[in-house]
Formats: sequence, structure tokens, C-alpha cells
Amino acid sequence: MIDVVVLFFLFGLLAGAARSELKLPAALYETLSVFLLLAIGLKGGEGLAKQAVLPLLPQLGSVILLGVAQTLIAYSLLRAVGRFDRANAASTAAHYGSVSVATFAVALNWLATRAIPFESQAAVFLAVMEIPAILVGIVLARGINRHTNWRRLAHETFLGKGVTLLLGSMAIGWLAGPDGLAPIKGVFYELFKGALALFLLEMGLIVSRHFGTLRQHGLFLVGFGIAMPLLSALLGLTTGIALGLSPGGVTLLVVLAASASYIAVPAAMRLAVPEANPALSLAASLGITFPFNLLVGIPLYHRLAVHFAGDSA
Amino acid sequence: MTAPSEIRSLLTVITEAALENTLLHDFEGRGVHGCTVSDARGRGQRGVRDAAWGEAANVRIEVICRRECAEALLDHLQRHYFNNYAMVAFVQEVVVLRPNKF
Repeated sequence: MIDVVVLFFLFGLLAGAARSELKLPAALYETLSVFLLLAIGLKGGEGLAKQAVLPLLPQLGSVILLGVAQTLIAYSLLRAVGRFDRANAASTAAHYGSVSVATFAVALNWLATRAIPFESQAAVFLAVMEIPAILVGIVLARGINRHTNWRRLAHETFLGKGVTLLLGSMAIGWLAGPDGLAPIKGVFYELFKGALALFLLEMGLIVSRHFGTLRQHGLFLVGFGIAMPLLSALLGLTTGIALGLSPGGVTLLVVLAASASYIAVPAAMRLAVPEANPALSLAASLGITFPFNLLVGIPLYHRLAVHFAGDSA
Repeated sequence: MTAPSEIRSLLTVITEAALENTLLHDFEGRGVHGCTVSDARGRGQRGVRDAAWGEAANVRIEVICRRECAEALLDHLQRHYFNNYAMVAFVQEVVVLRPNKF
């Protein structure tokens, strides 16, 4: 049975494809994305308060390497098989090396619905994995030269909306602990599913707008949008097992690896690699990979995680 | 009695929201003291830009300054941004009060 939040996504997709008049206010989308990031961060921070933080550092190193490896693989594939020019290959690769908060939220919800436990540091992985791909993508497109304004880019990357909200709310959750969070649980935990459903309705509408570009750019983009997350999923699976995560934790890491960014990376790439066509990379990450992960990916990744990591838990 | 008025140039730039901070920074470095920014919607060569979310959002930046300053800014925009970004820029003449402000 498809999760109810995914049905909202399909509803948005159909309404958009049918060119319905349905349009949610832009401020609502912004508000919901802030809400989801805060809720994910609070929950992660609350969990982190119950465990030692130092042993996490090597894990963070591994997920950073994972993001870098994915970006390099995506870049080679796009150059060699897709015959993309350097700028477009680097920009698109950065999307695939980074992560999608919405996909992660759906996976969290998927696990919670089935009462499957997972490690709290997954929220930290989410924050950490957003960044390396952006930097690698810029270096792939530009090389290392003096014309790149690294200070400004670092500011945009490390203090972007997503990373700031996640780290801030994680700190709050960590400091407050379960008792401190009790008074705001009603808003951030109980309403999570409803907010996610609304958010996915808007995502469906947004995704439907990218189908036009897909028709122009054809089969390679569709193939890449499905093959790349599967390839990344295998890398994520290997990393998760090597880190000794539970099946739930492995599932989340695989979801992070397989998901492709469509907010932080496009904004950074627009500034750093302006000659890359944003419609191309967004059509792949939003038009193909996001729906693929929602509908097929998440259940598949969990089955893989249980199959390969089930015994070690 | 009317306040003293003078002719100034109004530069309007309509472009991608992703560029907002970069452009404001550029303008400041070229002697612009103030500007007005608003969200904008529209469509053109680069598809529908409906201000609904980050990637497809547009902004309109308006600057009132002296003619030579506006021309220098236009020149800067043309050299750095016209090729790769969705951007429309134009200059009009406007009558302003308190001319020393601009």
C-alpha cells in the first residue's frame, strides 16, 4: 500500500499534468520547508542527546567521502555516456552528489509508519551531505582558480537555509532533550505527517512542470535519473553496512545517497557555474529521480537494507 | 512653493532571484546608495517564471541614480550576466524631489 503522503504527491502531479488551476501560495511552500527542516533537526538533536557524540566523527567523514564519490561518478557518466559539456556535467553531478530533504522526510515517515527504528545521526548525515557535492561540482566545472569567489560561495553553501535550520534545530533538540521538547511536540512531531502531505502536494505540482524539459532532452536524462540513484544506493548501502548501522539507519543512508538535490545545489550552481542550463539538471533530479525514489526507491532500499544488514543489527 | 526637482535615471533590472544578493553587492560597489527589490512574475524566452519557488522566482530591482551611473551599471550587467541569466534591464528618466538623495 502506498503511503498516504505519497498519494498527495501523485495528486499534485496529476493536477499539474492536467494543467489544473490549482496553485498553492509560494509562502506556504517556504513555510512548510522550514517546518520540515526544523522538525527533522529537533528529532535528530533529541536522539543525539542520548548518545556520545565523538564516535560519530568518523561516520561523518565516511558520508562526506560518499558524497564526493557520487559526484565524481555522476560527472564521469554524464561526460562519457551523456556527452554533456563540462559545465552541465559538473552542475548535474553536484545535484546527484547532494541530498534531497523532501525525499529524506518521506523516508523518515515511511520508517515511522512501520515502527522501524533508526539511528538519530541520520539527521546529521543529511546536514553534512548537502555540502561536499557543491564544492566538488564547482571545482569540476571551474578547476581551482582565483576568479572563483570562494568566500562568498562558502558563505552561501555553509550558511544556506537548509544547513542553518538543520544545525540550529539539532542544537535546540540536543540542549532541550525530551523533557524540554515536550511542550512543542504537538506542533513539530504530531503535525509532521500533515505538513509533509501538504508539502508533497506542492512538490507534485512543481515536478509536473519539469516534464516539458524531459520531452526535449530525451531518453538519456530519463535513464540517468533512474540509473544514478540506483548506483548511489549501492554505494550508500556499502557505506551503511561498513558503519554498522541498523537496517533502518542503512535505509536512511541509502535514501540520502540515492536522492538528488533540487534546492540548495541549483541555487549555488546558478551563481558558481552560470553557463550550465538549470532546466537540464532539475528535469533529471526533480522530474525523474525524486518521483522514482518516492514511489519505487524507498521500499526497495529498505528491502536491500534488511537483506544485507538485517543480521548485524 | 514646490520642492526642488531634477531629472534622474531609473534603472530597472528584472532577473532571477538567485542573483539578487550578487547584484546588490555589485551595485553597492559601484556607488549605489539604495534600491528597491520586489518579487516578480512573468514569462519569456526562458519559460514561465512564476515566483512560486526558488529556481523559477524572479525579482525586480529598481535603482534611481545619475545617468552616467545607470549607464555604467547597464554596461556591467551586459558584460557579466546577459549571456547566462534570464535578465531584462532598462533605463527611464524620472523626476525626483530631493535630488541630492540620488
